[in-house]
Amino acid sequence: MTYISSFLSGLLCSMGFGAGAVLIIFLTSYSGMEQTQAQGINLFFYLPIALFSIIKYKREGLIDFKAALSFIPSGLIGVLIGYALAGFLPTNYLKTVFGLFLLAVGIKELFSKNQ
Amino acid sequence: MRIKKILYALTVGIINSALGAGGGIAAVYALKKNGLDQKTAQATALAVILPLTAVSVVIYLLRGDFRIEEALPFIPLGLVGAFCGTKLMKQSQNKFLRKSFALLMIFAGLRYIFPV
Repeated sequence: MTYISSFLSGLLCSMGFGAGAVLIIFLTSYSGMEQTQAQGINLFFYLPIALFSIIKYKREGLIDFKAALSFIPSGLIGVLIGYALAGFLPTNYLKTVFGLFLLAVGIKELFSKNQ
Repeated sequence: MRIKKILYALTVGIINSALGAGGGIAAVYALKKNGLDQKTAQATALAVILPLTAVSVVIYLLRGDFRIEEALPFIPLGLVGAFCGTKLMKQSQNKFLRKSFALLMIFAGLRYIFPV
């Protein structure tokens, strides 16, 4: 099971289908881990996977580094804000809001016509 | 316009840190809003999320949420998966990626709303 979930996670992650859902689901369901522990492991797992994928994609010219660089600084600040908020904001609330957002956008994208 | 981009980026960071996952999806969304096509957005999202995740990892480690040894076993096969994934990605069309990504968003969305 560990093998399947690692492989699947690596596969999905590298294609940009992150959300690390597979690994976290596996860790919390089968291994019975704490949510934050599973999240941490998933984040760490992401690092080598992403690095590898980025190197591969760079060769194909699939990465818009200019765009990436424009997002990173504010993103980093966001990470710190997220950390600060984690103490105050009930994560469940944030999850539900984000979940609803994803659901809405997902459905819209699924039924969109062009491209 | 700049403000909008900053807000998007902030949101990506917050989600990445607070939820531990899902930041990538938010990043792809934000990049597409910024004019990138589906495939480039998905690949570039990886580059955006990498430094953010590195910082998040440090935070999680300092908080003692997990230990690095716990993550290590998953990496080898994960890299194999990544190797296959990147190959697949190169061949994929935007339309396919877009619909697949849409399904992913729906699945992830449902999971966030109804955590199992």
